[in-house]
Amino acid sequence: MFNDSLPTFWSIWVALITLLVIFGCLWLVMAVRKSEKYKEETENTVGHAFDGIEEYDNPLPHWWYLKFLGTIVFGLGYLVLYPGLGNFQGILNWSSTGQWQEEMAAAEVKYGPVFAAFGKKSIEELASDPAALEVGGRLFANNCAVCHGSGGQGAYGFPNLTDADWLYGDSPEKIKESLNLGRVANMPAWQSALGDSGIEETAHYVVSLSGRAHDETLAAKGQAHYQTYCAACHMPTGEGMQMLGAPNLTDDVWLYKAPNLTILESVKQTLRHGRQGVMPAQLPRLGEDKVHLLTAYVYSLSQQ
Amino acid sequence: MKAHDYIEKRLGLLGALIVIVISFGGLAEIVPLFHMSKTTTPIEGMKPWNALQLEGRDIYIREGCHVCHTQMVRPFRAETERYGHYSVAGESVWERPFLWGSKRTGPDLARVGGRYSDDWHRAHMYNPRDVVPESNMPAFPWLFQHTLSGEDTAQKMRVMQTLGVPYTDQQIENARETVRGKTEIEALIAYLQGLGTVMKGQ
Repeated sequence: MFNDSLPTFWSIWVALITLLVIFGCLWLVMAVRKSEKYKEETENTVGHAFDGIEEYDNPLPHWWYLKFLGTIVFGLGYLVLYPGLGNFQGILNWSSTGQWQEEMAAAEVKYGPVFAAFGKKSIEELASDPAALEVGGRLFANNCAVCHGSGGQGAYGFPNLTDADWLYGDSPEKIKESLNLGRVANMPAWQSALGDSGIEETAHYVVSLSGRAHDETLAAKGQAHYQTYCAACHMPTGEGMQMLGAPNLTDDVWLYKAPNLTILESVKQTLRHGRQGVMPAQLPRLGEDKVHLLTAYVYSLSQQ
Repeated sequence: MKAHDYIEKRLGLLGALIVIVISFGGLAEIVPLFHMSKTTTPIEGMKPWNALQLEGRDIYIREGCHVCHTQMVRPFRAETERYGHYSVAGESVWERPFLWGSKRTGPDLARVGGRYSDDWHRAHMYNPRDVVPESNMPAFPWLFQHTLSGEDTAQKMRVMQTLGVPYTDQQIENARETVRGKTEIEALIAYLQGLGTVMKGQ
């Protein structure tokens, strides 16, 4: 790591300027006090008049003088206790990162056992434990809701977690894997391979798989394209493949149905440009205990 | 005549003395940091922004993102739990100007890199309400239409180079080609996805 301290010259430099300024202030206050002509309140003026306005030659109010001295005493006391004079750490040995470490350690003492207790239980157990779900819900709100929505209902391009449809599998193990490591999907763009008419035909075939309205002739042509380009991931039947995260095309769940387009048009858009859905890995950020709780919460969402 | 009468009647002298008094603060608090390895050494593994990210950073500045978003995680548990490891000086040695900010209307972005997907950033920047219903962030739809010409990217990198950022001549030479034709949103997302990633997991 780096050397946290200042070179000796600069350490002395900081300390000297700091003390010079403080004692300079002290000198200034004392000198002003000493040079006062009258020690009590007076009717005499300083002798300067402007537009009929004059100034009494009063001394500095005593409480004010004491307050000045007080700030100087406070300043010196502070520099004895806390870092400020170059490399001198102060006798309390305080540092902002030290304070942070103490906060973290205190939190570990308080919350560590709570998370450890949850960590010993299985996902299924936790999914019916109201206390675990409450903590999990908070974690979800902080870390997942911006993409998956506050209730896990998903959005255009971000999977709904409350339904029974799972891109990568619905078992607690698979959900945990998705959370821990993240997921990177990659559907290629087919515009150059299929051309405009090919996209049109394939799209009609794709929507026919879930029994939606389609053009029979176009879909028949599209079937050939589908078997060539799509079947490897989405399977010949269109049921998808969870190992690759290739969606089931025979159900009524459309992750990429754009809000302003029909399902048919959305499918065309997907075919033209491809899709690269990314779920970021959570393990490096949250750690095992929290991912375990989150898994239970996400699992519970689809069990209701 | 008293000394302060003498000074107060000579504005030039008064000004000079004020500057001297104020400079004590800077001399004690700023100048020594130029000589402290902790504040002048980049952290291990740090790389300068690439050409596209540098353009993205300029868009970040142009759109005033730093007015509502800080890039400074402070060493408090509440912050490190939410954003990740607190920011360290070595992360900012090539930041000119730095974008630490001073006010959080939105969340801190010092470690936003990799936290969300590119798709999320696109959706969010096009209309924040589409993904965060209660958001009060403005929408930035024009970023999706404007493309970069890359005409002054190399010059920007050259200036950074003279300020001590270790760009290679090769990077500068290729800058225009790598940037030209890219949309502003691509540049901005490239920048955001690089924020704070070097310190991740430490």
